[in-house]
Amino acid sequence: MITGTPKPIEEIMEMIESYDNIILAGCHGCVTVCRVGGEKEVQVLASTLRLAREASGKPIKIREVSLERQCDPEYVEQMRPYVEDYQAVLSIACGAGIQFLAEKFTTTPLLPGINTGFLGVTERQGEWAERCQGCGDCVLHLTGGICPVTRCAKSLFHGPCGGSVQGICEVDKSVKCGWQLIIDRLKALDQMDNYTKFKPFKGWSSARDGGPRRIIREDMI
Amino acid sequence: MLPCTGRIDESLLLKAFENGADGVMVVGCLEGDCHYVSGNIRARARVKRVYDILDKIKIGPDRIRMYNLSAGEGSKFAAYANEFVERVRELGQSPINRVRAGQAHAVSQKEAT
Repeated sequence: MITGTPKPIEEIMEMIESYDNIILAGCHGCVTVCRVGGEKEVQVLASTLRLAREASGKPIKIREVSLERQCDPEYVEQMRPYVEDYQAVLSIACGAGIQFLAEKFTTTPLLPGINTGFLGVTERQGEWAERCQGCGDCVLHLTGGICPVTRCAKSLFHGPCGGSVQGICEVDKSVKCGWQLIIDRLKALDQMDNYTKFKPFKGWSSARDGGPRRIIREDMI
Repeated sequence: MLPCTGRIDESLLLKAFENGADGVMVVGCLEGDCHYVSGNIRARARVKRVYDILDKIKIGPDRIRMYNLSAGEGSKFAAYANEFVERVRELGQSPINRVRAGQAHAVSQKEAT
């Protein structure tokens, strides 16, 4: 899922300072699962902002909305009939959703209510960890299902660097060495031949280096 | 009245303040004695989150508190309720209610003149 963290309330208050009526838009997708931008979070943030603004003598009207997904046009369009009745939209979807709203509603300012994080997993309730950088050329079949691009702090491709000590990365003591994880897993799978296979350098043209990416599936158009 | 504090979420607690409460007292079963296993533990975490929100937006965190007691502790319930009411009285009106009272006063003065 795409993860995120709430922006500090002070930062949001500053963003909405000049507005008297806004839409607060959540999303039922990833941000609901990681408890940062779903329907419940919309209710809590809306109440918080209304209380803070009323206490400061400058009340604000907030329309609470939760779209099925902010990254799909059919759901975004549901806001069109009323979006221009409001001075701004505060979105607590991921950066993709917020930008999609901005593209669709060109005359309404869009404000981000969360900081978008990474593509990750829920390790336990309240704790998420990065697993994928979307490099566009997956090698997980060779690395025991553990991604060297993401799990190695240096995105190395041919084994650990000299900074790996007893399975811990030199970057941070809380980070496990990605390559130690890969080797341990390959050993457990009896696939160490994958480790010694010559791998040509990775082409990064499918990653972020070429600018914003696009997927076109001719079979679906 | 809710059958279990596990049903309480942050938005319900904040709504109480929006609706004019000067304080909110959450009373749950004793920890370890929840009929629904962990409802009161979840409520404790949610009350803590609202406590932090009220602190950040300067409504005052001491306006919310959770108490735990069993259904058989009537006198303790009364004591806790009196204690909390006393505490909220000391804190006075919530900033929201102060603003609302000021506005109502201004309107009544305007009408009088």
